[in-house]
Amino acid sequence: MSQHTAVHGEKVSLLRVLGPGHVWALGVGIVLVGEYMGWNFAVGKGGALAALIACWTAGMLYTCVAMIDSEVTSTVAAAGGQYAQAKHIVGPLMAFNVGLFLVFAYTMLEAANAITLGYLVQTVGSMAGFAETHDKPFIVLTIIFLAFLNYRGVYATLTFNLVLTAIAFAAIVVLFAAVRPWTDEVLKPHELLNGLPYGWLGVLAAMHFGMWYYLGIEGTTQAAEEVRSPARALPLGTMSGIITLLIAATMTWYVCVGLMPWEYLGQAVTPLFDAARLTGSTSLMVLLFVGTIFSTLASANGCINDASRAWFSMGRDRYLPQVFGAVHPKYRTPFRAIVFLVPVAVVFAYYAPLDQVITFSILSGLLEYTFMAFNVIMFRRMWPLGTINRGYVHPFHPVPAIVLLLLCATTYFAVFLGYGTQLVAMMVFYIIASAWFAFHRYKFVKRGAQFTMPWPRPVGH
Amino acid sequence: MENLNNFQLLEYAAWGISAVLGLWMLFDMIRTNRAYTENMLLSSKEGEIEDVLVIDPPHQGGHL
Repeated sequence: MSQHTAVHGEKVSLLRVLGPGHVWALGVGIVLVGEYMGWNFAVGKGGALAALIACWTAGMLYTCVAMIDSEVTSTVAAAGGQYAQAKHIVGPLMAFNVGLFLVFAYTMLEAANAITLGYLVQTVGSMAGFAETHDKPFIVLTIIFLAFLNYRGVYATLTFNLVLTAIAFAAIVVLFAAVRPWTDEVLKPHELLNGLPYGWLGVLAAMHFGMWYYLGIEGTTQAAEEVRSPARALPLGTMSGIITLLIAATMTWYVCVGLMPWEYLGQAVTPLFDAARLTGSTSLMVLLFVGTIFSTLASANGCINDASRAWFSMGRDRYLPQVFGAVHPKYRTPFRAIVFLVPVAVVFAYYAPLDQVITFSILSGLLEYTFMAFNVIMFRRMWPLGTINRGYVHPFHPVPAIVLLLLCATTYFAVFLGYGTQLVAMMVFYIIASAWFAFHRYKFVKRGAQFTMPWPRPVGH
Repeated sequence: MENLNNFQLLEYAAWGISAVLGLWMLFDMIRTNRAYTENMLLSSKEGEIEDVLVIDPPHQGGHL
């Protein structure tokens, strides 16, 4: 029997149920795992002080990203985030590339999180004395369970993320308070800090991993079509998100470098958990272990949400096969995009090495930030202040855009130092994908229908 | 068959839950594809914020 009779509306759309808290949870949820693991490789590259310089420099990069993003996305409030921005402001080829950057950055990060979660569960099994433990069942379960959650509705998905992220953030704050940073009873930074062992080149190399403190905060924009008030919720969620991360990153750095020598910290797998172990408190150990697991889950969850929205938007505009632009009439989610990306994530999580997966994610993110700097300059030029309604206007334009470009250039060089081959390979991939889009796919795009914003003609056009 | 330890049971449970959830999504996707027209499923438009016009009252995901 056809279920048409059960549907009273003729159209179906994503569901507008989210508030600023969900936006915060989406952005911070994706990122916070970087505080629990990963950032500390910056210590290995250039020492503890270099990691702090990288933390704050990358913090400046992402503050620019958050400010720019808040302005543009509060105006171009559409699923797809930066992809939709590129489509309206720069053009189709840029939009296609940005869409791919988004999908790859988030799907790779999701795969990396699943690998990490599998590893953590396997480690617990080994520590408990079980022989022949495997990580693969838990990698697959993570991806499929979170995809299932995403499939069933955005409200429950991001409320789940809000709970996980709040607990993971609270765990960092509790650890910080528990080591009494106002005394030198537990933390010994003056004994452990050793300047810059590799000089300023080490600082530059540390920038690659400095991004881990914040990578993914720009994902808040993907919720644009599902928040109740985009003009209010997106800037509020994004800006409070970057503030949360700056605080969490600095606390994490201070606790870890005050407890561990840089030679160990620079290659630790779970630095915050290790810091908790060094305090000797069982309850802190349990709390930080829970925080590690929760932050990993929240990150993978947010990544599925964001990658599927980007894929869905591209399908809806026929940049990809249109079938991906479908919305589930009952759950109001981009269900085909969610299901399609499951095997992609599983294949990468199953077969690709963790560092390669993460590098691909970071590089895709970096390309996206470079686009954002150009994008906001064009946006202000084509639609100056006063010509269209903006939910938020970022201050000191064009300084944040220029700072962002300079920091991106520096980070490209830092990545090139460590992963030059991957950088070149990825550029080749995007060039081939662009050629496919320009010469084959673009003829299917409904050119008029893709521009949906009720804006006046841009200046100079 | 050799005795399974608790962790192996956990691993099998993980495989089992993954299979159930994965199959459920596939089943629901196929059922939805067959139950609704393609035009209906693809009717979402970017930038539409007038929810009153497009929301299907019985299907708001429990957020009426």
